[in-house]
Amino acid sequence: MPESPEIYLDHAATAPLDPRVKAAMLPYLEGDFGNPSSLHITGRRAKQALDDARDDIAKILHCRASELIFTSGGTEADNLAILGIYRAYKEKGNRIVTTTIEHHAVLNPVEHLVKKEGAEALFVKVDRDGLVDPANIIAALTDKTLLVSVMYANNEIGTIEPIAAIGQAIAAWKKANNRKPSEAPYFHTDACQAAGALSLDVNELGCDLLTLNGSKIYGPKGVGVLYVRTGLRPEPLIYGGGQEWGLRSGTENIAAIVGLAKALALSQAERETENARLVALRDKLIAGLLQIPKTRLNGHPTKRLPNNANVSIMDIEGEAMLLYLDEAGFRASTGSACTSASLDPSHVIAAIGLPYEAAHGSMRFTLGHATTEADVEKLLKTLPPIVEKLRQLSPVRLNMKHYA
Amino acid sequence: MSTPDVVSHDKKDKWLYSDIVKDHFFNPRNFMVDDDGYKADGMGMVGSPACGDMMTVWIKVDPATERVVDMRWRTFGCGSAIASTSMHSVMVVEDGGRTIDEALAIRPQHIMERLGGLPNRKIHCSVLSDKALRSAVNDYFRKTEQISRITTEGVRVIDKVLKITDHDIEEAVLEGADSLEKVQARTKVGTGDPSCLPEVEQLIRFYKEKYFG
Repeated sequence: MPESPEIYLDHAATAPLDPRVKAAMLPYLEGDFGNPSSLHITGRRAKQALDDARDDIAKILHCRASELIFTSGGTEADNLAILGIYRAYKEKGNRIVTTTIEHHAVLNPVEHLVKKEGAEALFVKVDRDGLVDPANIIAALTDKTLLVSVMYANNEIGTIEPIAAIGQAIAAWKKANNRKPSEAPYFHTDACQAAGALSLDVNELGCDLLTLNGSKIYGPKGVGVLYVRTGLRPEPLIYGGGQEWGLRSGTENIAAIVGLAKALALSQAERETENARLVALRDKLIAGLLQIPKTRLNGHPTKRLPNNANVSIMDIEGEAMLLYLDEAGFRASTGSACTSASLDPSHVIAAIGLPYEAAHGSMRFTLGHATTEADVEKLLKTLPPIVEKLRQLSPVRLNMKHYA
Repeated sequence: MSTPDVVSHDKKDKWLYSDIVKDHFFNPRNFMVDDDGYKADGMGMVGSPACGDMMTVWIKVDPATERVVDMRWRTFGCGSAIASTSMHSVMVVEDGGRTIDEALAIRPQHIMERLGGLPNRKIHCSVLSDKALRSAVNDYFRKTEQISRITTEGVRVIDKVLKITDHDIEEAVLEGADSLEKVQARTKVGTGDPSCLPEVEQLIRFYKEKYFG
C-alpha cells in the first residue's frame, strides 16, 4: 500500500522538538560540553547556562531559582515529589490524598508507599467530566494527611482541574486547623500536560510542588523539573555528587535543561494565540466526531486542554480503529486494553464512571503546532468510513443510554 | 515475511503484525454482512465487549458429509482478533470445507502459524475464535439432536464468560505462563468473570506441580 502523508495527532504522548529549541540546545551538544561542577572556564560556561535556564524557568513559575530541581523527566519529578516528601516527613503523617485519574507516575509511587512503606492513600473520585471537586479533597483531609497530589490537566481526557481552588481550599483548611502555611498537608501538582497551555504561577496555584517536563512542550525528552517550595526538602532518590542541592545527584544534562527552559519560555509566550487557534480546531474536530452515530465526548466540554479531543466510539475497539487510521496516515491514541501492556483498559475512562466498553472504544486526538484545519477536515472525512467498516465486522450493538 | 513481534526503532512505521495479519485485518474474509437473510445451521458466541473481545460465528454444515461448508463471523476486537477470526474462517471452509471433527481440531497455534505469527501478548485473541466455532458446532449438534456430541470430554469451563476451560489453562502453563498475570496475558481468564480467579490460581499451581515439579 502506498504510504499516506503523516498527520501527527498524538501530541499528548510527545511533541516534536521545536527548531528554535533545537537551536538553543545545539551549542551544548557541540562546543560547550562542560561539566557545571568544574571550576575551569569550560565548566563555568556550562554552569552559566544551567543558572540561566533555572532563572528563566523560575520567572515563569514566579518562584526562586533555588526552588527548582532538574530531573530526568516528568516521571522522576513526580516520583521525587511523592516518594521524597513521604520519606522525609512521614512522621508528620502517613496519609496521601490523590485522585483516581492521576498519571501512573503519581499512582504507582503512591501504591508503592502503601504496599511497602506504611502509607495510607485516599483516591478522590472525579465527576463524569473528569473534574475534581475541591470540596472532596478537603473532605479527605485529616490531621495525618501529609501530601495532596492532583494533576493540573489530565493526559487522556484533557480535563483541566481547579488547581488554584484546591490550593486555596487547602490553605483555608490549614488556617482553620491552626496550621502554618508551611506545614502539612503539602500540595503537589503534575503540570506536564498543562505546561504549554496554562499559567504556571505557583503562587496563584497555591502549590508546594509542581512537575514539568520537556517532551510535551516541544522540548527535548529526558528532562523535567520539580518545583519544591523553600523549606521543603524531599529525601533524594538518587545519591552521588550532590548536584541540585544534594536532592538529585548526577552531572546535569545541560543541553536538555537549556532546551526545557527555551521550550517553556516559547510555549508560555505564545500560549494565548496558540490556545485560541487550537480551541477552534479542537471544537471543530469534536463537533465533527460527535456527528458519527453512537459516540460520546470524554472529558469536560470547555474546561479542557485546547489540543485534546477524546471520544468513545461504541461497538468497535480502539486498536483496530487506530491501525486503520495509522494506515491512512493519522497518528492517534486509544484507551483500549489491547494497546496497554497490562491489558487493562484506561483507568481514566473507568474513573469517569464509564463501563469498560467505552474505554475499549476510546480514541484520543491531540493537536499541535503543525495541525491545520485541513488536517482536521481530512480526519473527519477519513474516520467515519473506518468506523462504519469496523461496525459492520462487529457483533456488538450497545445501547447508548448506558453511556450518556 | 516481516518479524511480527518487533517494532523497529529505525523504521518507525514498520508494522506490528505480519503481512498476512495485516492483509486479513484490512481485507477480512467471510465476515457476516447480513445475518437476517442467512440460514445458519449453528451459531455461537464468546466473550463480551467489556472484556475487549467478542465474537459471533455462524456455520452451515452439509449433513451428509458433516463438512462445514460456510463459516461467517463478526468480531469486536483488536487487529489480531479480526485477522485471526478471518484466517480461521478461511481454514475451516477451504477445499470444500473441513469436517466438523477436522474443524474442531484447528488449534490457536495452527491459526497463528498460518498468520505468520502474532505478538505474544495478542495470543488470547485467536484463542477466542476456536471457542466461538466450538460453540457454533455445539449449537448445530443441539439443533440436529446429537446431544451426546455436545459435551467436550474431559474439559471443564472455568470462565463462563470467555468460555475458558481447564485445558486452556493447562496449555498456557505448558507454554511457560507460571503466574496468574502471565496466564491472563495469554487467555484473559477472569476479566469477564473474576469470580473464577481463585480456581484459576489453584489450577495454575496444580499444573505447575504436575509438569515442572
